[in-house]
Amino acid sequence: MAAIELRGLTKVYPGGVKALDALDLVIPDGEFFALLGPSGCGKTTLLRTIAGLEAASGGSVLIGERDVTGTQPGGRDVAMVFQDYALFPHMDVTDNIAYPLRIKKVDKATRRDKAAEVGARLGLEQLMDRRPGQLSGGQQQRVALARVMATQAQAFLFDEPLSNLDARLRLEARTFLKKLQRELGVTTVFVTHDQAEALAMADRMAVMEAGHIRQIGTPAEVFRRPVNTFVAGFIGSTPMNLLDGLVRGDTLEVAGCKVAVPALAEGRLSDGEKIVYGVRPEYMTYSDEPAEGGIGGKVAIVENLGASHLVTLDVNDVIVQAVVPEGSEPAVGDDGYAVPRSDRALVYRDGELVS
Amino acid sequence: MTPRFVLGRIGFYTLIAVLLAFFTIPLLWLVTAPFTSDPTYEVRMPDFTWENFQAVLEHPYALPSLWNSLVLSVGTALLVVVMAALAAYALSRVRLPGRDALLYALLLLSSIITGTAAMVPLFQLAVELNLIDSQLGLILILTGGLLPAAIFMLKDFMDSTPKSYEESARVFGASPLQIVRHVVVPLVRPGLATIAVWSIANVWGNFLMPYLLLSDVEKQPAAVITYTLYTEGGQANLRMLSTFGLLYSVPVVLMYLFVSKKYGFRFHGGIKR
Ligand SMILES: Nc1ncnc2c1ncn2[C@@H]1O[C@H](COP(=O)(O)OP(=O)(O)OP(=O)(O)O)[C@@H](O)[C@H]1O
Ligand SMILES: [Mg+2]
Repeated sequence: MAAIELRGLTKVYPGGVKALDALDLVIPDGEFFALLGPSGCGKTTLLRTIAGLEAASGGSVLIGERDVTGTQPGGRDVAMVFQDYALFPHMDVTDNIAYPLRIKKVDKATRRDKAAEVGARLGLEQLMDRRPGQLSGGQQQRVALARVMATQAQAFLFDEPLSNLDARLRLEARTFLKKLQRELGVTTVFVTHDQAEALAMADRMAVMEAGHIRQIGTPAEVFRRPVNTFVAGFIGSTPMNLLDGLVRGDTLEVAGCKVAVPALAEGRLSDGEKIVYGVRPEYMTYSDEPAEGGIGGKVAIVENLGASHLVTLDVNDVIVQAVVPEGSEPAVGDDGYAVPRSDRALVYRDGELVS
Repeated sequence: MTPRFVLGRIGFYTLIAVLLAFFTIPLLWLVTAPFTSDPTYEVRMPDFTWENFQAVLEHPYALPSLWNSLVLSVGTALLVVVMAALAAYALSRVRLPGRDALLYALLLLSSIITGTAAMVPLFQLAVELNLIDSQLGLILILTGGLLPAAIFMLKDFMDSTPKSYEESARVFGASPLQIVRHVVVPLVRPGLATIAVWSIANVWGNFLMPYLLLSDVEKQPAAVITYTLYTEGGQANLRMLSTFGLLYSVPVVLMYLFVSKKYGFRFHGGIKR
């Protein structure tokens, strides 16, 4: 097991695309770390550069305090699960799982035993003689996991390993993967563009944008206190309300309504300043009656989220959303008021969190 | 069904039958004549004699020439497959400036190498290198002629196999040669089989090059020996020709059947699409 450290890591592809821009990151030993970001932000590139499949254009990669920047992938002692699993189609499950051991020149009997043992651990006993083509997506994923487990590498790198599974299987695999990582205690870097996955599984996570890391923290920190408007807008199954506003004395004017200064920003704002006011729809209390510090408007859309409803208010031509528990949802066209929780609301100045 | 339609159909099938006959009659001749005591150019019911085979067996150069053909074609095919696989893999995976231009130039040149145009220079080259009258020399020259097209075809095959198999093996620590042996070769096996069959068939049927470069009749392949099967009177020896022709074609047909049965399939799965 080993920590992973990146110092000023830069990757410029031939043709001039700067996929990673002077990136610094430390992933402690044994951590389950998620990399999250929109498509094309450089997640796969980062993972491949750690694995050594892409050569860094600048900076360095350290695995277990060893500088591996110039080392071939095979010498870095990491194992990777590819998005398409890359199971060898001409080998059966046993041979696939045992392949890393074959490279290490382990003798055939030991290899088979080890493969059987790892396979059994992942519930593959019945499938050991099959070819990858005869397996379902979920089974293939488990074979791919078994194969990296057999390597006993210092760190695991996963590139969207769940993206090929259907929604239900994905939930199962999520729990399974997290449990497995806990048991093995291997440092794991996990790329995903599904934020629910990152929030649910990671010990810590990083949100990336265009080759930069925009925030690192525990899922709770990233969800509750996004440090800039990019992360604020990206994280959350319903997007955060980000409303332009002005500081007016000791209150804020947002979408033509008066709201209280959030606890976090108290005493840090000056009169007349332009700010962005952020609050998650989940942290809004909805009522039909005018309420103190509430944002009032006409109900434009009501969306069913299952156990709750997402109500979209039209407030002086600004869109404000609030989550309303089931049973008390309003009708379209009603007047509605949404009161932000001031201990959860956030203020951004020039795109950065005021705190 | 109008009469017009029926007539049309009849005409169509008649045409096909005539065309088919055109191609089957020589084949029929080839399988019947060897079993006929006194074959002519006609296709006749054979009287099932083994005498012609006896005569071929007794011919001093007939059977050895088949062996020579085998040595030449298998030797060339092995060289072509190994070298083309390595070259095509490298060309497919390494970014080289002007790679495509190089490939097309090679392909263009190759049709010249074993073609008639290069006969004289090739002959002189072989003389200079002491490779005249040597089966190895012939194998090298035939390999050179087949390689560019083989590389071209195999590169296409390699391009269409996903890179993540190899990258996965690389992360496990496999060396480039291990990757080729464990992953790439099994994946492109149908392609390699195609190239091998194509090379063998090509060399097996090649007359000009061995005729030119091998003067020792003991080293000549079947294609050249066929050319010498005359009677004392200078007439084509139909008994020998037909029988030898049959023996000469059977191995190629068997090879096609075998390979298409063994490698005529493709792998599926392992890469989720
Ligand atoms: N081989 C390459 N050559 C040139 N540019 C590349 C190459 N691979 C990726 N890029 C570019 O680098 C940037 C980052 O790509 P990357 O694949 O790392 O994104 P990603 O975050 O993994 O996206 P996704 O979520 O869609 O997988 C993109 O702009 C992409 O176009
Ligand atoms: Mg990616």
